[in-house]
Amino acid sequence: MTTSAQPQAAPTPQAFKSDYKPVWCPGCGDYSVLSSVTKAFALLELQPENIAIVSGIGCSSRIPAYTTCYGFHGVHGRALAAATGLKLARPELTVVAAGGDGDGYSIGGNHFLHACRRNVDMTYVVMDNHVYGMTKGQPSPTTEPDWDSKLSPGGTGMRAFNPLVIALAAGANFIARTFAGDPNTTAALIAEAISAPGFSFVEVLSPCVTFRPEQREWKQMVRPAPVQWTDDPARAARRLMTDDGMNIGVLYKGSRAAYRTHAAKTPKRPAELEEEFRI
Amino acid sequence: MSPARKKATTRRAPAKKPLRKTAPARKAPEVQLKVVAATVAAQSGPPIKDVEGLMAYAYALEAEASERYSEFADAMETHNNREVAELFRKLARIENMHAEQILEEMGWTRPPAPPTGGWRWEGLEGPETADHTDLHYLMQPYHALQIALHNEKRAEAFFRDLIRRAPSGKVRTAAKEMADEETEHVRLVEEWLKRTPKPESDWAHDPDPPRWSD
Repeated sequence: MTTSAQPQAAPTPQAFKSDYKPVWCPGCGDYSVLSSVTKAFALLELQPENIAIVSGIGCSSRIPAYTTCYGFHGVHGRALAAATGLKLARPELTVVAAGGDGDGYSIGGNHFLHACRRNVDMTYVVMDNHVYGMTKGQPSPTTEPDWDSKLSPGGTGMRAFNPLVIALAAGANFIARTFAGDPNTTAALIAEAISAPGFSFVEVLSPCVTFRPEQREWKQMVRPAPVQWTDDPARAARRLMTDDGMNIGVLYKGSRAAYRTHAAKTPKRPAELEEEFRI
Repeated sequence: MSPARKKATTRRAPAKKPLRKTAPARKAPEVQLKVVAATVAAQSGPPIKDVEGLMAYAYALEAEASERYSEFADAMETHNNREVAELFRKLARIENMHAEQILEEMGWTRPPAPPTGGWRWEGLEGPETADHTDLHYLMQPYHALQIALHNEKRAEAFFRDLIRRAPSGKVRTAAKEMADEETEHVRLVEEWLKRTPKPESDWAHDPDPPRWSD
C-alpha cells in the first residue's frame, strides 16, 4: 500500500496494463473488456496498488495478469470466494472479481448465489460467451439449448441459465449487462458498478469468435435497454421476463447496505489465532 | 502452440501443401471477415461548437484508432501472424502521426481532455476505430487493409456529416479540410489494396484447427 501523503497523479488506462500481452484469440471480446476495465479504473482515478483483480479459471480469467493491479488467479469457480475473503480482510481495496460464464455460473454457481446474497462491496465482471472456450467449445450454462456441435449433437436441450434473473433473485445490489464491442459504455458501466455499494454484477457479452463465430453478429443485435434502471426489484424482474439477452444498460440499482464484517478492527496476530484454534 | 503459430508455418511453406491432398477431405471453414458497423448508434453525432472542439474530436478519433491498431498488432504478434502484425503496427504509427500533427497544428502541448461524459460518437466507438471481432488468427494483409479502408471511409463520412451540421463557416472549413484528408487516406488505402495479393478462397483453412467440434 502506498501511504505517501503526496497526492498522486491520476493514471491513464495504459498505466493499468501490464507488459504481458494477452494470448486470447484475435477477435476475442475479452481484449475489449480488458480495455474497458482499465478505462474504468482511470475514470475513477484509482491507483493500481489499491485494486485487486481476482479470477478463477478460463480464457477470461487470465485478465489479472494483463493488469498492473494486484491479481489472484485462483481455482476454477472460486473467484468470488477468494474475492470475498480479500475484501473482508482488506476493505480499503477495490476488489474486482472477473471470469467467464462457465467459471462463474457452473463451477462457481454456488458462490455466485451467495455472493449476491452476502452483498459484500465488490464488483463481479463476467465475460459471457456462452461456451467453454479454453477447453475447446463445450456448452456452458448460458449456451442456447439448440446449439448444435459435435460435443453436443442437437444441442443440450437444456434451458440456458439467466444470470441477471439469478443475480436479482439472490440479492445483488447492482445489475447491468453490456457488450464487449462497446468498450466506452462498458467502461462507464464498470466504473458505475465499482462505485455502487454492495455486490455489483456486470454481465459482459464477450464474443468467442473461435468456437462461436456467429457471435460476430452480436454487434448488430445488441441495443440500449428500452427503459431506464429501476430500484424496484419487482419491476426489474418483470423487465427480465421480456428480455432477450441483448438489452444493454443498467437493470437494477438497489439500496441495500453493503455487508460489513463484525470482526474486530484490529486483526489478531498469528500466535493468537494459533492459540484460539488449538485442539 | 497456438493455432495461429501452427498455421503460420503451413501457410507460408509450400512444401506442406500436399498434406492437404492426402489428408482426409475436410471442408475449409467458411470464414467471412465482414467488416460491418455495429447497429447500436448510441447517440447522434458529437456536439461541435468551434474549431477547437472539432479538432479535439479529430485528435481523439486518430488516437483511438492508433491504440486499437496497436492492440491488433500485439494480438497478431502473439499468434505469430507477423506479416499482419507488422501491417497493423504500421497503421498504428500512421494514425499516431495524424494525431501528433493535430496537436502540432493546434499548438497544443498535451492531448485535449475528453468532454464530461466522454467522447460522443455516433457509433459504439470512434469512426476510425476497428472492432475487435474483425480479427481472425489466419487473416492476411489484404483483410487488414480492408479493415483500414472501412475505417477511413467511416472517418470521411464523419467529417462530411460535420460539414453539414457545422455551426459556423470556420468549423465548416476545418471539417472540410479533415474530410478531404480522409478522402486522400481512402485513396491511399485503395491503392495499397490493389498492390496487395488477394487471399485464396481457403485462406482460413487450418489443417489442425482449434475448433474441431463442427
